[in-house]
Amino acid sequence: MSEIIRTEDLEYAYRGEDGAPVQALGGVNLTIGRGEFVAVLGHNGSGKSTLAGHFNAIRLPTGGKVYVDLMDTADPEKTYEVRKTCAMVFQNPDNQLVATVVEEDVAFALENLGVPPDEIRRRVDDALRAVGMYEFRRHAPHMLSGGQKQRIAIAGVIAMMPRCVVLDEPTAMLDPQGRREVMQVVRELNARFGITVILITHHMDEAVQASRVVVMHAGKVLMDGAPREIFTQVDALHGARLTVPQTVEVLSGLNRETGADLPIGALTVDECADVLEKYLA
Amino acid sequence: MLKDITIGQFFPGESPVHRIDPRVKIVLVIAMIVTLFLGAGPVSYGLFILFLLMVVHISKIPLKMVVRGLKPILFIVIFTAILNLFYTPGDTYIFEWGFLHISTAGVKTAILMVLRIMLLIVGTSMLTYTTSPIQLTDGLESLLSPLKKLHAPVHELSMMMSIALRFIPTLIEETDKIMAAQKARGADFESGNIVQRAKALVPILVPLFISAFRRADELATAMECRLYRGDVGRTRMRQLKVTRVDYAASAVCAAVFGAVIALGRFGL
Repeated sequence: MSEIIRTEDLEYAYRGEDGAPVQALGGVNLTIGRGEFVAVLGHNGSGKSTLAGHFNAIRLPTGGKVYVDLMDTADPEKTYEVRKTCAMVFQNPDNQLVATVVEEDVAFALENLGVPPDEIRRRVDDALRAVGMYEFRRHAPHMLSGGQKQRIAIAGVIAMMPRCVVLDEPTAMLDPQGRREVMQVVRELNARFGITVILITHHMDEAVQASRVVVMHAGKVLMDGAPREIFTQVDALHGARLTVPQTVEVLSGLNRETGADLPIGALTVDECADVLEKYLA
Repeated sequence: MLKDITIGQFFPGESPVHRIDPRVKIVLVIAMIVTLFLGAGPVSYGLFILFLLMVVHISKIPLKMVVRGLKPILFIVIFTAILNLFYTPGDTYIFEWGFLHISTAGVKTAILMVLRIMLLIVGTSMLTYTTSPIQLTDGLESLLSPLKKLHAPVHELSMMMSIALRFIPTLIEETDKIMAAQKARGADFESGNIVQRAKALVPILVPLFISAFRRADELATAMECRLYRGDVGRTRMRQLKVTRVDYAASAVCAAVFGAVIALGRFGL
């Protein structure tokens, strides 16, 4: 599997309000391969959003290197190419939509790229269909729900056809319904379009849908592995001030309280129900 | 309460007037304004009124809306009428009382001026009633694009305009939220004299400005991420095209405006 993003001893420090430097990232080494679906977990202030900004050259490392598709993000001549390769979806859906009409907004990046009008039209329509927002193409963004706005933002990314998409807590401001809609589209980005997805989140139930989970703590990578490996390490996750998925919480709680020796690697409600059924039988 | 504000007063529709290319529409409106000041008598203005009524009819904009649009300028209309009525010198006076005197010429000028102002407002508001703000911005950018050669920031200005239009509803919503939040903390916006009311707005404006700046900052980052770099190598999805409707509208306008100007020259 060839790499799409690689960080080498990535460090990032900024000046805090009192003027003292604050170390947000302290030596991150991470390689993400093409076509992966990676969830980056961490509590507030763990450096996960700062890390995301580096993949798109919004932030430049104060130490170490970041390579996107083998391009050094610190090279100003490569900034445009880096952003073309690795697109980004932000947390607040209101502050990333530019145009007054949905389809115009989806076309924004393509217009900036100088794509011919006919092709823009086709790619915009395809992208809107892919996120199930085609009927809303002539609506004004402010008339849509948060989940719909976020899907428009993702359609804008699909139209760009990047190799990699970073989503920085895309569901943080949404209601449960909106979160489900957006996660559905995010999974399709990866499964259907083969785009590498890096999902920054603090929702466990979203992270379990990824193929790989990276846990950030105090500006460093604390854990890195498949969801099942990560979420069974209940104590380590609690140490990083993270909760574990509710299914794992239930099973490990039973083990602790009753001394039962249940396998705690159940990540979905169905798996958990099966384990409990067997235990009770 | 703030939700009632509609900027630009656009009424969506599919009428031929709506379908006229925004660039053509802007040029025609400018021609209309010029014509309006070259008309001189009842015949030319009669023709002009007929023309505007026809445009209103074709556009399917309710006449009531058009009349309502005249309300804000009522004061200016009355003021102009009175000024012209009393201060136009003439040969024959039909009314004299102390320093007040009305001449026949005064009556005529007053009526003409009032008609001119009202027709001006009706005519220009037909542009905003039938053209969406984004089409207007597109049309203006396209019409002003020759100025780009003189390094005038035409693209940047139209971008700013369309972003402003995009964020007006968002900021109005936010203002409503902040007002509700301040009311919940006991703020009072409705009572007191004008100074007290203005002071009561400060706790709304401060958070509103702070959040607007934060939004602007985030939007700028998002735009950069979406490869925006000004006017460099940019294409547009929607292309403005001059079609049959535009030729027809231009022909009708040319005929009417020509006739009005010709009649005006003869003082009719």
